[in-house]
Amino acid sequence: MGKPEFLSRPSHPRWGEFVIESTIRVLAFSSIGFVILIFFFLVREGIPIFWEISPENLFGTRWYPTFGLFGTLPLILGSLLVTVTAILIALPLGVATAVFVREVAPNWAREILKPMIEILAGIPSVVLGFFGMTVVAPLVREVLGAPTGLTAFTGALILAYMALPTIISVAEDALDAVPKSYRDAGLAMGATQWQTIWRVVVPAARSGIVTAVMLGLGRAIGETMAVMMVTGNAARMPLTLDSLFRPVRTMTATIAAEMGEVAQGSVHYHALFGIGIILFVITFIINAMAAVTIFKKPRRGGLR
Amino acid sequence: MINRYQVQRLGFILLGVISLIVVLPILFVVGNIVVQGIGAINWEFLTAMPHGGMKEGGIFPAIVGTLLLVLGTAVVAIPVGIGGAIYLAEYARDTFWTRTLRLAIINLAGVPSVVYGLFGLGLFVLFLQFGTSVLAGSLTLAIMTLPVIISTAEEALRAVPGEFRLVSASLGGTRWQGIRHIVLPQALPGIITGIILGLLRAAGETAPILFTAAAFYLPRIPRSLLEPTMALPYHLYVISTQVPGMPPRVQYGTALVLLTIVLSMNAVAAIIRSYFRRRREW
Amino acid sequence: MEPKIRFQNVSYFYGDRPALRDVTLDIPPNAITVVFGPAGGGKTTLLRLINRLNDEVEGTRMTGRVLLDGQDVYAPGVDVPRLRRRVGMVFALPLPLPGTVRENVLYGPKLAGIRDRARLEEILERSLRLAALWDEVKDRLDDPASRLSGGQQQRLCIARSLALEPEVLLLDEPTSGLDPISTGKVEEALQQLKHQYTIVIVPHSVQQAARVADYAAFFLMGELVECQPGRDLFTTPRDRRTEDYITGRFG
Repeated sequence: MGKPEFLSRPSHPRWGEFVIESTIRVLAFSSIGFVILIFFFLVREGIPIFWEISPENLFGTRWYPTFGLFGTLPLILGSLLVTVTAILIALPLGVATAVFVREVAPNWAREILKPMIEILAGIPSVVLGFFGMTVVAPLVREVLGAPTGLTAFTGALILAYMALPTIISVAEDALDAVPKSYRDAGLAMGATQWQTIWRVVVPAARSGIVTAVMLGLGRAIGETMAVMMVTGNAARMPLTLDSLFRPVRTMTATIAAEMGEVAQGSVHYHALFGIGIILFVITFIINAMAAVTIFKKPRRGGLR
Repeated sequence: MINRYQVQRLGFILLGVISLIVVLPILFVVGNIVVQGIGAINWEFLTAMPHGGMKEGGIFPAIVGTLLLVLGTAVVAIPVGIGGAIYLAEYARDTFWTRTLRLAIINLAGVPSVVYGLFGLGLFVLFLQFGTSVLAGSLTLAIMTLPVIISTAEEALRAVPGEFRLVSASLGGTRWQGIRHIVLPQALPGIITGIILGLLRAAGETAPILFTAAAFYLPRIPRSLLEPTMALPYHLYVISTQVPGMPPRVQYGTALVLLTIVLSMNAVAAIIRSYFRRRREW
Repeated sequence: MEPKIRFQNVSYFYGDRPALRDVTLDIPPNAITVVFGPAGGGKTTLLRLINRLNDEVEGTRMTGRVLLDGQDVYAPGVDVPRLRRRVGMVFALPLPLPGTVRENVLYGPKLAGIRDRARLEEILERSLRLAALWDEVKDRLDDPASRLSGGQQQRLCIARSLALEPEVLLLDEPTSGLDPISTGKVEEALQQLKHQYTIVIVPHSVQQAARVADYAAFFLMGELVECQPGRDLFTTPRDRRTEDYITGRFG
């Protein structure tokens, strides 16, 4: 009995599906190709700088391309100064806001705060840079009584706000992932909600908050336009205490400002790509470190 | 001595104040640009070519250029992004290659925008000889946009309950049929939201097009994909830093147009998301 | 009588954890076979092996054979979608697909390539009648399926499986989310269906098992303890463990 052919393969194989599924696979894995391509072309255009000039020059303290001086140290330190200051400003603001939104705020406040932060995430960097130039910089100049308002601090301030949406949303997710039982346990032991938040919930979410900081850092160090427009772009070593309130120049701004004027294949051109390699490597490391925590997140969906 | 409930009260107020410190500047930025820029907006400003050293006339080619770049980005980034998301959400098992792929996408999301510019210059402009062009700029922006689209679309696909896939399979559906007829339609609003978020980022970026697409001053619409173009964010950069004596009215007007385009895309994404979240059946 | 489904020495593992241990079981055609026992006994796994719904689960391992009409379901070259059209399945919770009543019932037939509208209408009515739902929904065929009551949704799911004209119907605790009246309606529908179909059901209670069983198989921790005609098993169980369980003295 039974129909003998019933379980066998269909008479017409599912070619359409095979094609679609293969296409999806190829499209997905193209992302790996893009990362490789990016790295390849940065190296291809930038690697000559490492033998065109001496290492003392390359990691020297003076960046004067017209005189053949390509010291990247002031640029690297400039980026570090601006970025670290930005994160120092953004971290407390971001964590406090995330705690407020997640744990404290009444619904109506949440309904206002969340879209506002989304708007901030959407404002183009060049618009923030423009605002920084026209409004923030004059303000900074007046408050400091400095000759110019285009300083590392101004850049850090703008950058801090640019990093905030990332920090807030990742920190919020981290707080969200803390089981309710932790909060209940804290409250049951007689702690106030305030004590529970800072002694139980936030410590439990700390690995997520570290991820938030990493991602914020990655975002800030790579930011270009706003930083270029408000930091004054003086390639000086930011070693003195008042460097924060003086003009500074970052790696990103250097590339953006100078690439338009260099001849393809020149030493200067290679140097700018060389800075690109440094930036790529730094952000790669930062993001890979942040990714380690993201990989640990449980995932749902798919056929189970 | 104050007791711990008063401490809590003060603490909560402090958190509220900090949140205000975060939010108020945002309102101020947007408000400032709207108030100062609205006076510049008129029909001529939106539809005329710039002239008189960009101090007069309109910003029409910059608006069109940005739309062209966004369109080009969409054509490339949408299929590649959705393909990647479907693969990760529906097909990928936890293998070495999948992990590598995830790491690659996280890395793409983290590459600084100016490095994308360098990459576009090296690959598209010089190596493939597209020159400084709409094509080179769109491709650069598309690769930059990819991780945004992939991760939001993947999240939308994963939010569709796994049971639907199981039911479809139990009714003799192949995996692709389940995706095509059940999962994708259900995830579509989320995917569209992700696409818009990615594209608005492309619309607002300057650094990736600096050396790949942007023209300092080109008072006409590009005739082909291989021509450079003006673009709003780059134009704003140019008129606020490179041209002395620029009337603030024009600067603010340009900023306002750019901000309006980007924020209205943002609003559309938010509306789609909340509308379909209320409507869906699971 | 030739068994419709036959398990031959089937063992199944999720990672290192065994879900079924050396199960040998014959399921006769045109009858209701009840698969029951305490939670975690491997009942759901047993059902899902018949239509290969566990294929996509990672890290599993199986030994032994599952035969449908004497043919190995896991043999290479088996067309899984085709197999699943012959073996319908209803899940523990009503799981209507997004869309209307009509779309739900016709989802399978359309994927199977049936395009003819008259034929589809015929399938729609026949399936809903078989699931004893037609009279209640015949005026609401284009309403969202999610607007039906829980009991109606579950019968819709049965109708949806029947639309493919399967030979076997697998039901995994189909009434666990339903009230007694809806449960009664589903059970009634099953009694009508068993004349044409081979039905394997995981009941949600011993009482239900006793009510519907033509044959009953008792599972404990992945092991088949005994299998008998229902009348015999629930009155004179052979194994002490079965007796303890059905009299509520278990554990």
